[in-house]
Amino acid sequence: MLFTMTSSQQQPQSSPPLIVVENLTKVYGKLVAVKGTSFRINRGECFGLLGPNGAGKTTTLKMLQCVLPRTLGKIAIDGMNVDEDHRSIKAVMGVAPQENNLDPDFTTFKNLTVYARYFNIPKGESEKRAKRLLGLMGLERKNSVLIDALSGGMKRRLILARALMNNPEILILDEPTTGLDPQTKRLIWERVDILKHRGVTIILATQNMEEASELCDRIIIMNEGKIIAEGNPRQLVHAKLSKWVLRVEPADIVEKFIHKNHLNVESQVEGERIFLFTDQPEELQAQLMNKLKVRETVIREASLEDLFLKLTGRAIQEA
Amino acid sequence: MIGKIRSPWYSNISGRFWKVWRRDLDVYLKTWKVNLVPPFLEPILYLLALGFGLGIFVQEIEGLPYVVFISPALVSIAVLNSSFFECTYGSFVRMTYQKTFDAIVATPLSLEEVIIGEMVWGATKGMLYGGIVLAVVTALGLASFPLLLFIIPFSFLFGLLSSALAMCCTALAPTIDSFNYATFLLITPMFLFSGTFFPLSILPESVQTIVLIVMPLPHAVIVSRQLMVNRIDSSQLLLSFSWIGVATTVLFVLAIVAMNRKIIK
Repeated sequence: MLFTMTSSQQQPQSSPPLIVVENLTKVYGKLVAVKGTSFRINRGECFGLLGPNGAGKTTTLKMLQCVLPRTLGKIAIDGMNVDEDHRSIKAVMGVAPQENNLDPDFTTFKNLTVYARYFNIPKGESEKRAKRLLGLMGLERKNSVLIDALSGGMKRRLILARALMNNPEILILDEPTTGLDPQTKRLIWERVDILKHRGVTIILATQNMEEASELCDRIIIMNEGKIIAEGNPRQLVHAKLSKWVLRVEPADIVEKFIHKNHLNVESQVEGERIFLFTDQPEELQAQLMNKLKVRETVIREASLEDLFLKLTGRAIQEA
Repeated sequence: MIGKIRSPWYSNISGRFWKVWRRDLDVYLKTWKVNLVPPFLEPILYLLALGFGLGIFVQEIEGLPYVVFISPALVSIAVLNSSFFECTYGSFVRMTYQKTFDAIVATPLSLEEVIIGEMVWGATKGMLYGGIVLAVVTALGLASFPLLLFIIPFSFLFGLLSSALAMCCTALAPTIDSFNYATFLLITPMFLFSGTFFPLSILPESVQTIVLIVMPLPHAVIVSRQLMVNRIDSSQLLLSFSWIGVATTVLFVLAIVAMNRKIIK
């Protein structure tokens, strides 16, 4: 069940893909975390891995980072091999992991300069970059503070600043804004957008479909180790679902109405509510409100969340 | 066995491990004032209580006053304790709670280099603390120049052995509390029965042999004592030194392999 929008339908391919993944598989004992996935990432695009916990997103990212060995399959990054050339690949990669693995013994500033040493960045240069990046992330006033005095949102911003210390060509973001307040989310999204315009290739793993549709040029939707959909977020939804969703309460009478009148409308029931996927929401709304006693009708754009629900029968984010 | 596609451990080693050493040094320098006191205070107290206190009642051992007899042991114990502690508790906290290892391997360093950096740092600390006890002991006139100077590089080697041994324990420890086992079942018995506070010669032959085959501390004490009291028995010195050299190499490789197995899934 793979729905694919081939890249030729979106942007003209002027260069070969930066990252080619073929039949990537990762097995832990009895658990198959990633089941033979294949995809490509183009230079300069923002590529998303969208899916719930346990889908295999972080596992995939770690294999791209050359940190986790794969069980089967091939990964080529800019023509380089993830086993032999791991140092060269890591040198051009910036990683913002899911967990906050900052050094609690160092200040904000020193966390960055110590990290820069691993990339052979000379001291003067690393201090310059650290200042600039702290400014970019709005942390300049927290320069000499130990990181346990930072809030969760500030720590995430510091993690992102750290990921940029080596001026990476490829930036890997694992759930960059999960659990953050809306303000920090916006700030991080804005920074990611700036990086996009600078030509950085961004690989983003997230459970947040809003994040995926806001930031990503192309995404793969993952579930239980497999890719179940691939393409541009908006186009995927429009092609496979519809443009709009009409949410109506109560579900039962609407369902009966649809069946009785043989209306060709896709729907999904969730408790008391029924979601109707249609490209003409106003007409359908009018029809229902005329003929039935419906309590509440809301029209919104169809989302990746809806698509995921349709493809797997479950929600991306468990409540 | 599920295969993991990864280059072999020995191909992932370079001088980059010094960057991890440097990081550990930077952390240490932030809190050195607090950290410096306890680990060398313990040997000093033993020196006073046993050496100068109990020592009044103890006759010469192997022709040496008791306080001179135990001083080399106290230097070796300082090295063992500090290196072992650093690469058990220190490394475990960095690996598991702070996730420092994960952060570093996202850069062009390999896990092997992180492990080696940690062990070399442990050895450095051992050398430092051993050196401090050596300085105190020398100041009290209990060790002889110039041979005692060799104790410093030797302490680095023995510190590396202790760090590697500790790293093997870290690879096996399911939780941080497990190190209690290592301390009480390994370190404490070694500390007491390695020719440290009484000569090995009073133990039955068979026990002596076992101790000398299995435990590292007796050999460190033999080498240190010979150098510090200027009584060289070349064959015994060579034997013990070689034992330490071989054990260090074996444990070093074992530590890398064991930690790889633990961390790289």
